[in-house]
Amino acid sequence: MEPPPARGRDSAAPKLDTAGEEAELELGLGLSVGGGGGGERAGAKRGRILTARDFPSSVGTKRAADEAVSQEPGGGSPTSGSQVVGWPPIRAYRMNSLVNLAKAPRAEDDISPNEKGKSKDGSEDKTRTSGKSDVDGREQKHIGFVKVNMDGIPIGRKVDLNAHACYETLAQALEDMFFRPAKTVDLTGVEENRQVKKSSKLLNGCSEFVLTYEDKEGDWMLIGDVPWGMFLTAVKRLRIMRTSEVNGIAPRFQQTSERQMRKPI
Amino acid sequence: MDPKKPRDSAESESARGAAQFPDEVLERVLSLLASHKDRSAVSLVSKAWYHAERWSRRRVFIGNCYSVTPEIVARRFPNIRSVTLKGKPRFSDFNLVPQNWGADIRSWLAVFADRYPFLEELRLKRMTVTDESLKFLALKFQNFRALSLLSCDGFSTNGLAAIATRCRNLTELDIQENGIDDISGDWLSCFPENFTSLEVLNFASLSSDVEFDALERLVSRCNSLKVLKVNRTITLDQLQRLLVRAPRLTELGTGSFLQELNAHQYSELERAFGGCKNLHTLSGLCEAMALYLPVLYPACANLTFLNLNDAALQHEELAKLLLHCPCLQRLWVLDTVGDDGLEAVALNCPWLEELRVFPANPFDEEVNHGVSESGFLAVSYGCRRLHYVLYFCRQMTNAAVATIVQNCPDFTHFRLCIMNPGQPDYVTNEPMDEAFGAVVKTCTKLQRLAVSGLLTDLTFEYIGRYAKNLETLSVAFAGSSDWAMQCVLGGCPKLRKLEIRDCPFGNAALLSGLEKYESMRSLWMSACKVTMNGCEVLARERPRLNVEVMKDEESSDGQQYKVYVYRTVAGPRRDAPPFVLTL
Repeated sequence: MEPPPARGRDSAAPKLDTAGEEAELELGLGLSVGGGGGGERAGAKRGRILTARDFPSSVGTKRAADEAVSQEPGGGSPTSGSQVVGWPPIRAYRMNSLVNLAKAPRAEDDISPNEKGKSKDGSEDKTRTSGKSDVDGREQKHIGFVKVNMDGIPIGRKVDLNAHACYETLAQALEDMFFRPAKTVDLTGVEENRQVKKSSKLLNGCSEFVLTYEDKEGDWMLIGDVPWGMFLTAVKRLRIMRTSEVNGIAPRFQQTSERQMRKPI
Repeated sequence: MDPKKPRDSAESESARGAAQFPDEVLERVLSLLASHKDRSAVSLVSKAWYHAERWSRRRVFIGNCYSVTPEIVARRFPNIRSVTLKGKPRFSDFNLVPQNWGADIRSWLAVFADRYPFLEELRLKRMTVTDESLKFLALKFQNFRALSLLSCDGFSTNGLAAIATRCRNLTELDIQENGIDDISGDWLSCFPENFTSLEVLNFASLSSDVEFDALERLVSRCNSLKVLKVNRTITLDQLQRLLVRAPRLTELGTGSFLQELNAHQYSELERAFGGCKNLHTLSGLCEAMALYLPVLYPACANLTFLNLNDAALQHEELAKLLLHCPCLQRLWVLDTVGDDGLEAVALNCPWLEELRVFPANPFDEEVNHGVSESGFLAVSYGCRRLHYVLYFCRQMTNAAVATIVQNCPDFTHFRLCIMNPGQPDYVTNEPMDEAFGAVVKTCTKLQRLAVSGLLTDLTFEYIGRYAKNLETLSVAFAGSSDWAMQCVLGGCPKLRKLEIRDCPFGNAALLSGLEKYESMRSLWMSACKVTMNGCEVLARERPRLNVEVMKDEESSDGQQYKVYVYRTVAGPRRDAPPFVLTL
């Protein structure tokens, strides 16, 4: 079943994720067929768990696969789907640097000197957000886990912001958390229905829901407007809001895509 | 002024027969021993030697701050001038350890203020250091000279200001990759105008602007400055001004390498680099533009360590740069250089001993493909002295690794990270067992190993059987059963640190190390199959171990734990936060 017409990659509304990649458009929530073109290739998403692709049916593989599969999934059942905390083992301190590295050649990005990540030697590295302190100078530890609530679901979750270096991975994690709770992920995981998507629906405005956050001043803001580092210093908690309730939040649907025009704001 | 030593004449008489030296001479001789391992050995010879050693020791290294108390340290070693402490488990670098876990320097400083008022050096790794502690340090230790903080957290630039303001004899301030609250760069302006003793200044990982004039004046008047690593806010023309004032630098970390230079500025900068004849270490080069890299060339003739992991170079740029670095021994790069870049390394760096390749885009393959087995292979053919490697890649084969270690059998540190967890040999689709088997069989000097890829128990059989000198092992997403861990714990006679995450190892595996853990520094297991029961048994059987358990927030069923086991003479720690259960 093919997704309806407006699947134009050319008219992609590049959501400004910090790794500088363009988000691909995709239809609303229910139609997740083919997963953003990601099905054919196992994009090496962080902590991508094994899929059937890793065990093509050759003898050697089968044996290996059997050996692996025969064990009960032991460790590493990350609750946030494709996200694996702390993998690959790069100090999160370095991850901030990498984020800024990716931004460097983009002239249109406005990187204030204070947001430039830290540089330096480090083998596998440690993270800290370039933590701007609160105005009163109180020591600001790194953000860590923040609450996430979704409209219509009474029980909230928590997500570790430090496990992410950009909006894309965060949104992916939240999508996996809230939209695919039944998906069990394990080490040997052969996930038949695994959607390896390169874009997040929550970010590109094509879903019934949008991702918002409450900042330090108590205002609810749409995610994605400010550079990731700045977001980390401002965010208090997250909310996955129904698009229909998005009122008075700073407009961000500025691109001309058919989908957007169809959506009432 | 050393505290007086109590005379124990009866004992030293008999010992003197064996030692044949008066104590003072013995102490003098032993004071020349630098390595703490040697000193530990010496202290076991006899009581006289034990005492001579402990009185003569000036530096102490404590690999796990909870293995001992500051009181015990101070009691044994009365004359310490330099302390190195490591705190949190290494996996805290990857966010696997919650905040407020501990390893606070505070209680140590309190004891040191009393017992080591002449303390000169403090080197901390993965410790929590608050501004209060930094202020305390600055106030209480008049002779304080060297502060090195790596991967620490809990402090802000205000703490640094206190150090700069009060430590009149400071020679070293080395701040690397910490969880620091970077409020402002004003701390740098706190060095008094008559302060001239600085030899090492590293603030590369801070992000706030510093007052450049203050920095320039500081560099001018500190004639002994050997190491200068500035942060990104320092521009190229500012760098030029610093370099002309510090031509004797041996280590330089540049700031941003991204700036429009006119011809005059360019040639001035080139000349400034040309003036740095003693440079052996170069880093920084943030956002380096290929256009300006040539200004460096005059300074590279004696470079032994080139750290490019903030410069996303392409292979052509790297190749050109390497042409000018004939003496290179250590190289850190981003994988933007690709396999081609590594071939350039192979061609141009025959003396290379250490290579680290970091991923520029760890989370998305499409932006940058990175390096593969062929880059590593190429380096192994060209750089036969290679003994330390840290390699992040997206694909690897057993055959390549086997060839690599044949070419370079002297590996002491082999850390291979195939970024996709559990990924097999991409050509044969077999597990990567034979790769690591080849490593441990061939590299008899191997001290540190990090494994990755799809691995069955066989890998660990190999490790247990062959890795006789292995001291540190890191395992993630590997193994099939308890047997794997049992093999490692049953073999590997020199194992000191074992860190495991996301592996199917349970209580049987954990308990198979009962005889071993006291000879190790620590064990970390998270997201494995260990249960509280198993931990309780371990704690009961081995009271001299601390068995600390934390609930694993990541686990889906709430049944998984993070277990940290370490030997200690200090008993259970008293500062454990509520989420850490000591059994």
